[in-house]
Amino acid sequence: MTLKLNLARTLMAGVAALSFAATAHAMDMSGKTVTWTIPFSETGGSAKWANFFAPLLSEALPGKPTVVVKFMPGAGSTKGANWFQRQKNGDGTVLFGTSGSTQFPYLLGDPRVKYEYKDWNPVMASGTGGVAYLNKEAGAKFDGSANNLKDMNFIYGSQGATRLDLVPLLAWKMLGMNVEPVFGIKGRGDGRLMFERGEATIDYQTSSGYLKGSTALVEAGTAVPMMTWGSLNADGNIVRDPTFPDIPTFKEVCEKTDGCETSGKAWDAWKAFFVAGFPSQKIAFLPAGTDPAIIKTFVDAFAAVKARPDFAEISAKRVGKYPMYVGDDAKQALGVATTVPDEAKTFVKGWLKDAYGVELD
Amino acid sequence: METLLQALPALGDAFALILQVKVLGFLALGVVMGLCIGVFPGLGGIAGLSLLLPFMFGMDPILGLALMIGMVAVVPTSDTFASVLMGIPGSSASQATVLDGFPLAKRGEAARALSAAFASSLFGGILGASFLTIFILVARPIVLSFGLPEMLMITILGLSMVAILAGRVAIKGLAAACLGLLVGTIGEADAGGSLRMATYDIPYLTDGLKLVIVGLGIFAIPEIIALLRQDRAISSTPELGAGWLEGVKDWWKNIWLSVRCSIIGVVVGVIPGLGGSVVDWIAYGHSVQTTKDKSNFGKGEVRGIIGPESSNNAKEGGGLVPTLLFGIPGSGSMAIFIGAVALLGSGQIEVGPAMLKNNLDITYSIVWLLALANVVGTLLCIASSGVVAKLTTIRFTLLAPFLFMLIAFAAFQSGQNFGDLVALFAIGLIGIFLRRFDWSRPAFLIGFVLSNPVEKFTNQAFQIARFRFRDSTTAGLEYIFSPIVIVLIIITVVSVVIGIRQAKSILAEGEVSSGSKRAPFIFLGLITAYLVAAYWNASLISDRLMGDKVIPMVVAGIAILCCIVLAVQMMRRPETDPVFADREVDGDDAKAAHGLWPTLAWFGLLLALSGLVGFILALAVFLVSFLRVRAGLNLMKALVYAAGGIAFMCAMAWSLNRDFPPGLLQSYVNLPWPLT
Repeated sequence: MTLKLNLARTLMAGVAALSFAATAHAMDMSGKTVTWTIPFSETGGSAKWANFFAPLLSEALPGKPTVVVKFMPGAGSTKGANWFQRQKNGDGTVLFGTSGSTQFPYLLGDPRVKYEYKDWNPVMASGTGGVAYLNKEAGAKFDGSANNLKDMNFIYGSQGATRLDLVPLLAWKMLGMNVEPVFGIKGRGDGRLMFERGEATIDYQTSSGYLKGSTALVEAGTAVPMMTWGSLNADGNIVRDPTFPDIPTFKEVCEKTDGCETSGKAWDAWKAFFVAGFPSQKIAFLPAGTDPAIIKTFVDAFAAVKARPDFAEISAKRVGKYPMYVGDDAKQALGVATTVPDEAKTFVKGWLKDAYGVELD
Repeated sequence: METLLQALPALGDAFALILQVKVLGFLALGVVMGLCIGVFPGLGGIAGLSLLLPFMFGMDPILGLALMIGMVAVVPTSDTFASVLMGIPGSSASQATVLDGFPLAKRGEAARALSAAFASSLFGGILGASFLTIFILVARPIVLSFGLPEMLMITILGLSMVAILAGRVAIKGLAAACLGLLVGTIGEADAGGSLRMATYDIPYLTDGLKLVIVGLGIFAIPEIIALLRQDRAISSTPELGAGWLEGVKDWWKNIWLSVRCSIIGVVVGVIPGLGGSVVDWIAYGHSVQTTKDKSNFGKGEVRGIIGPESSNNAKEGGGLVPTLLFGIPGSGSMAIFIGAVALLGSGQIEVGPAMLKNNLDITYSIVWLLALANVVGTLLCIASSGVVAKLTTIRFTLLAPFLFMLIAFAAFQSGQNFGDLVALFAIGLIGIFLRRFDWSRPAFLIGFVLSNPVEKFTNQAFQIARFRFRDSTTAGLEYIFSPIVIVLIIITVVSVVIGIRQAKSILAEGEVSSGSKRAPFIFLGLITAYLVAAYWNASLISDRLMGDKVIPMVVAGIAILCCIVLAVQMMRRPETDPVFADREVDGDDAKAAHGLWPTLAWFGLLLALSGLVGFILALAVFLVSFLRVRAGLNLMKALVYAAGGIAFMCAMAWSLNRDFPPGLLQSYVNLPWPLT
């Protein structure tokens, strides 16, 4: 089903790209420089994402303007996002990229957030998934449910409870597992290293990180995959992640585990934050008040990138096999990524305060 | 044995790949670009690689690697120019080189210092590569045996070098190091996100201060101001003394020191998470400890250059291990390198655990390209050192405005924020006073650099140890006191004991005379006030976030105790005691032609004008008026020099795609680049 849908979308995008190619001469960007600002450092996943798309976008835009990626790290991307909020320069030379780490402080009402997603114009969005895995000892006890893991003590290297790590931490808590996060690591790669050294006993990676670093551990027998966060189907239900069809989802594990429920406040909160953080994790924006013609030019260009015959192959290696949304689909993805019911927010804030002493007000 | 048999053919393949004319050509191109960028303080591998990134997509892997490695490899070599000639630490890898390199330059022996440094760099680079060729096959388990307690101990070993660099009054050095540690904690805590000595109303502070700015502020600004006040050339003798051949001979005489420090460099570089920040200090400390006559350190002892420079290029090789084997970058430039490797060819090279299995030939190519780049880069550097050393004979007043220009630009690149310039000025002021009252600036910098690792490793090791102790006491003790930790503790204790004994004879920053009581006492009071404020500020953090408050409170507590002891000493002792060291009493500073404040005001003018009208316009006004008024050039010459400086600045910013600091004017009027 998903496959068919994707195929249909790709075809449509291809047709769209062709028909737009005919009208594209209306706007010529030759000689201009598009600056794509990323509110993280040169070293992160968002940098990889933007660096992957930048040369492709440059080729697809009318007049082939130079597309440069600029980095503006600070305060966990809040600084860059606040800066982008002030940009009113809607001539197509200012492009911005956000990630789950920009969305979570926005959703949780972090006092530093001075930006408003609703003002911005999304042109492209793409997602990712995540895989949690156990060490050998715990992996031997894992039977598709967390029932045998409840009396164990786990250690997890974490970037901070208010970041994307909120999703795995809450999931493990719902399963009744005793996971102690060690805060203050700088990236998921450091978390994996801590796991390899045996200091951490449980870990999670986003899909590309898992494929690149952790599959070797699984093959060597030092790591055992536990669950993925899953992937959303067209009806908004969680199904198995197409990149990892053999690994059960958190939903499946939860259903089999005593005391874990796939309904109710905790589940709704987890799902809301998973949906905000993963399936539409990285989004490219044009500033508030940009001319619709310019927005359309960028949407068309990204559609043309998506329609490249070699896109599936080159993107799978660099950014993972996840859907890329363009135009209206990206708008929809943004809506999903930035709407979390108040109850879910209240629940998560209460849990963050009780469990980790994090106060966000 | 089996792995070794696999390795030999791969090594052969690697050499076949590297030794092609085209590959060597790209390597040389990378080296030349790296040299051009690395010469400027604050710009290094990150800026250079970002420049290359757009060209990597789909490029022939071996050519792309040659280009990138050529660029990365020479940065720790070329940044030596700034360290030796101007006393500006070009990057964290060459902080220790400043201590003895700059005094040599002042003595007119810049060429000797440079070539000794380059010969050591070359040797370190090649030794590092040879060592890696074998080591990389067995590195994985060794790297994994370095857990958090082990990394914490290495950090503490680095910190223990403070004992050697503390200066005449050891307790003052300790207080300076604590102050550095505390300044390093400013901003949002890694662990719990609490703010230390910062507020959300000043977003700049929440990110903490950057090493580039602190390094420039603590070392470069005080030296530039001091030289500028005296209105002469860097070299005190008009004739340049010993030439580059002398430096190579110096290195050869100390070859065993170079060997040992290279190995220190590789080993510390291999451990992910430590990076280059401690390597040069450990190597410097080792050089001091193994030298019989220690009286020349800080005044131009060539061994003080050979040690750190041997280690910092070897470290680059060591740093490849975590990068290639674990996919974990040891530094910012390595992180970009990993990203760029994925762009090469059809993306078949995957840096990470599978690298040795699937791409051993590429791995070896990278290791030996690095060695080769070192050779090419060093030969170029040695060849040019004689000419470049002549810079030290130019009247400094003509050089200084351009140095101010470069420093301000470099500082701005670290955060792209006007706050960078304000922070640079503030830290520069602290540096000036630390220098004036003889509080060890190296100790301050070591404290600052190691602040984050100390706090991070302490917190994380403590948390994990707590969980282990919950399982059983033996499990906990085994975790903390592993054999590696015990060995490191012994080394640390020995180095502290030796260090304290010798500290008095090592004047890392030359002699300082003592005189009046008032000024040193006021400065002590100001420092104590900051320490108390930092202690009080940290104590307000909720106890639930213990990890965010414990290090600042303990460090501030120790520093306050030191200050109390100092205050008591000051009350009891006569004015001539070293505790009252003050450069304004006697010596070069006191006899200088110009006062401190008017000289500093020139730099302040550049920054303040930048805040009003943007960097380039401010620069135009600053350069012309400085050259005309302070340097006394005629208007025509002043205009020509200023135009040259601005043109150079624009060309560099344009080619690296960097911005200039905008001012108030720019928020009202849209101006074309470069005036934006």
